[in-house]
Amino acid sequence: MAVTDVSYVRTEMSPSEQPPRGERGLVAWLQKNLFASVGDSVLTVVGLLLIAVILPPFIRWAFLDAAWYGTDRSVCATVVQGGVQPEGWSGACWPFVKAKFELFMFGRYPIDERWRVLLVGVMFVALFVPLLMPRAPRKGLNALLFFVVFPVVAFVLLVGGWFGLEHVETSLWGGLLVTLVLSYVGISVSLPFGIVLALGRRSKLPVLKMLSVVFIEAVRGVPLVTVLFMASVMLPLFLPPGTTFDKLLRALIGVALFASAYMAEVVRGGLQAIPKGQYEGADSLGLGYWQKMGLIVLPQALKLVIPGIVNTFIGLFKDTSLVSIIGMFDLLGIVRQAFSDTNWASPQTPMTGLVFAGFIFWIFCFGMSRYSIYTEKRLDTGHRK
Amino acid sequence: MPSHGTTGLAPDNNRRKGFVGMKNVLTGMLGVAALALTASVASAATLDDVKAKGFVQCGVNTGLAGFASPNDKGEWAGFDVDYCRALAAAIFGDASKVKYTPTTAKERFTALQSGEVDVLIRNTTWTLSRDTALGFNFGGVNYYDGQGFMINAKKLPGVNSALQLSGASVCVQTGTTTELNLADYFKTNKMEYNPVVFEKLEEVNAAYDSGRCDVYTTDQSGLYAIRLTLAAPDDHVVLPEIISKEPLGPAVRQGDDQWFDIVKWVHNALLTTEELGITQANVDEMKANGGPEVKRVLGQEADSKLAADLGLPNEWVVNIVKAVGNYGEVFERNIGSGSPLKIARGVNALWSKGGLQYAPPIR
Repeated sequence: MAVTDVSYVRTEMSPSEQPPRGERGLVAWLQKNLFASVGDSVLTVVGLLLIAVILPPFIRWAFLDAAWYGTDRSVCATVVQGGVQPEGWSGACWPFVKAKFELFMFGRYPIDERWRVLLVGVMFVALFVPLLMPRAPRKGLNALLFFVVFPVVAFVLLVGGWFGLEHVETSLWGGLLVTLVLSYVGISVSLPFGIVLALGRRSKLPVLKMLSVVFIEAVRGVPLVTVLFMASVMLPLFLPPGTTFDKLLRALIGVALFASAYMAEVVRGGLQAIPKGQYEGADSLGLGYWQKMGLIVLPQALKLVIPGIVNTFIGLFKDTSLVSIIGMFDLLGIVRQAFSDTNWASPQTPMTGLVFAGFIFWIFCFGMSRYSIYTEKRLDTGHRK
Repeated sequence: MPSHGTTGLAPDNNRRKGFVGMKNVLTGMLGVAALALTASVASAATLDDVKAKGFVQCGVNTGLAGFASPNDKGEWAGFDVDYCRALAAAIFGDASKVKYTPTTAKERFTALQSGEVDVLIRNTTWTLSRDTALGFNFGGVNYYDGQGFMINAKKLPGVNSALQLSGASVCVQTGTTTELNLADYFKTNKMEYNPVVFEKLEEVNAAYDSGRCDVYTTDQSGLYAIRLTLAAPDDHVVLPEIISKEPLGPAVRQGDDQWFDIVKWVHNALLTTEELGITQANVDEMKANGGPEVKRVLGQEADSKLAADLGLPNEWVVNIVKAVGNYGEVFERNIGSGSPLKIARGVNALWSKGGLQYAPPIR
């Protein structure tokens, strides 16, 4: 007798039941995620209230009531302010951002030469994006191109003076260009330099150790503002007359040194978190110092401190705004400088400019932050309990 | 020094911003350094250097409404910038041969002393110590500024003099000489007031605009710029009193008299051409048909050595006027009636029209 003849044996899987009513639907979701406890409920209500208070006026200001077209301040000012908008109008002044957009991106880089900046930007993206994707092939070649070849090509293209390219002084650079150049150099110098300093500080060689400690503590002990200020105000007085030491270079060196010192301490934190057994294990395998560090310790240590490293990167990215105190104009600096254009001065201009600058900064910082989370997850080898 | 970069509309009080003590120390240090440098830098013939490199390196503000700020194309424009252009026009016959170095209030003196810039045209107040200890020479006063008061006429109807402000609350930036001048003024006139102080100029603007104080005090040129950013500018009036002297002018290093003369006479030429009615539009016609004085000023007099003695080409004044116009045109275009600032000529009118601008004769 075949089993199938038994009428009470099912021939197919029974459809799965819905979860109990308390576990499904909107109500359950709300209960679980927003109103799980009294504290949660209070937070939810306060949060919703905040959104309700802030968001609609912001959307009205930034989009619905905003001025979109125009060539001067009149479109962003009410009649009594010398403009065309009705009494009591308040909205973003986007024509200001539109008119100044290229200034915000390139600074005073000569208009005919801006293709060079764009070309560098395209090369940057083309090399950087594959580097970020774990699956993209030829990581070694890619890194070599990005960290060795690209800076040279970018330097030649941006500064010019070779191959028939017109020389463009760095004093003409500005806006997002300066922000990104400073960040790129700061970030790509600070990580290797910081690792070396961190290793130096934990080294058993007294001179090396002392030098590292002195460097880190000296640099961390002085505000970046002071260093930039001294470099721009005092340094020229000690140089032979007529020599000008490029301002951008001063800022680059200052920013890179600073980021390195901070980075060194972040990396040192990671090194200290590695159990002694790992070091001893490497020693017992007969690995030399660099093999031990490169193969065993650093990969674990750096993975641990990814949040700290990215934190330093983000801090560095935003610290680049400090160069405005030495008369250089990063994105924020040039946006603020544009407020002084009487052609656009209106009650709405500063707010619009700052919202725009804030948004650009946010895009970059948020991107870095998300990528760091992704990397953390990818490299997670289960230290979590 | 919280001013520069805060808002470009800030008047340049930064010559007096920051902690006074710190500033003195710094000024002293700079002074010492300057003395050490003057010997080497200043003896160089700046005009020859400028001609050799082919452009004037001009120190300007990092951004001050009407005086120096980049326009939509990123080109510098403004009252001070036109002085740079006039200088280039006088030397090269081409106003575009200028490179601008935006300088913050802190950097500007070092920039001039170290030779980074050839001339500093950055709304810098002419004072004794800057003439002596810092080792500069000022080529005249291109703008007479001074600290003034602005009030909301709707809130304080009937007030038309600063002497009626007793008991008022006054918005002022902290740590500035503006604050000190204010205290002096009210004390001298035996009046009471409530200072409402802020660190940043943007904050002062916002506080004043939202009505947290009755009076706003800063440099007059700054008051006009700030009015552009107020919600109801017509409600606000600038009171006539000026309680401090801020003569702004172009500065050069001491020890190079020829260069000093050139900067000084470019300013005088701008004034003289206004006085003689020579404008950008009519300069060619005046050159051909003007009276003897006009012809002399425009370099049309036979065997004239005026320009050569100055080290400039014969038609230097013509070139200046063609490039930027006369003083009146420069003023009106950048900060006067032709600009959103709409600053009245006031004390900056020519002496013949009741102002202070007076140029020695070009002869």
